[in-house]
Amino acid sequence: MTSPAGERKELPIRRDDDVVRVRQLVRSYAQQAKLSLVDQTKLVTATSELARNTLTYGGGGVADVEIVADTRRRGVRASFIDEGPGIADVELAFTDGWTSGKGLGLGLSGARRLVDEFNLTTEVGRGTTVTVTKWGR
Amino acid sequence: MERVPILKIGDVLLVSIQVDLEDQSVVALQEDLAERISSTGAHGVVIDISAVEIVDSFIGRMFATIASISRLFDADTVVVGMRPAVAITLVELGLTLGEVRTALDLEKGLAVLRRLGADREVRIEVDEDDEPVQAFS
Ligand SMILES: Nc1ncnc2c1ncn2[C@@H]1O[C@H](COP(=O)(O)OP(=O)(O)O)[C@@H](O)[C@H]1O
Ligand SMILES: [Mg+2]
Repeated sequence: MTSPAGERKELPIRRDDDVVRVRQLVRSYAQQAKLSLVDQTKLVTATSELARNTLTYGGGGVADVEIVADTRRRGVRASFIDEGPGIADVELAFTDGWTSGKGLGLGLSGARRLVDEFNLTTEVGRGTTVTVTKWGR
Repeated sequence: MERVPILKIGDVLLVSIQVDLEDQSVVALQEDLAERISSTGAHGVVIDISAVEIVDSFIGRMFATIASISRLFDADTVVVGMRPAVAITLVELGLTLGEVRTALDLEKGLAVLRRLGADREVRIEVDEDDEPVQAFS
């Protein structure tokens, strides 16, 4: 079981500079949760990819970022929530190099490799939510 | 929007990324660099990322694009100063940076450009001579 460990914040993702703010918030929480520098870097990179997806493909949305804890350790959890078109073929979307736009097609697959827990729920016409967690060691 | 300054030192353009750039600024930098390479006839571009905390697929693609563009103008691009945590993260993200040259620091980056520049001179001498064998006699 995990429980909230205090810090939690929701940020809008409407414009390019909101993605920067998401990166900065995640970095600051990752430092507070005492993630190693490499783990901070992995998490911030993953959330940068996901926030950009929320903006580019989800038509904007919100990031919900929090410090979480279980009995042994702390970590950071971030959710990216949009009410955009959803993803029709999730398996395809996770294929390295596949993009429906002009990207490199590494955001979803790469983000999943960079975190400890990754969860995606999506419904065509309703939206997409991606939640990732990275734990301190 | 942040605009990254481009310095010209001899026939090298130097860009040092000091702030967390939003995507628009990354695109602007790419365009500014293309413009400056063609207008100055510079033979080298150095992008210093020693202050950069994360490289995601968006800024990573910019490095690759700049490298390709500079080649069209007979210039070489070297990315210098990548932090270890960034390098580890890039590999896991799946970004190979393809043909982008990298060097540990600015000094080594300039050495790479000098070496490539020397290769270029030899190539030109050989290309411009009708009878290449005599060029070396
Ligand atoms: N929030 C989202 N809403 C709708 N589609 C999405 C979303 N996130 C990702 N996708 C789809 O998944 C594809 C792959 O995403 P990603 O791996 O980040 O690569 P890229 O961003 O380079 O296209 C996208 O091209 C898009 O079609
Ligand atoms: Mg993406």
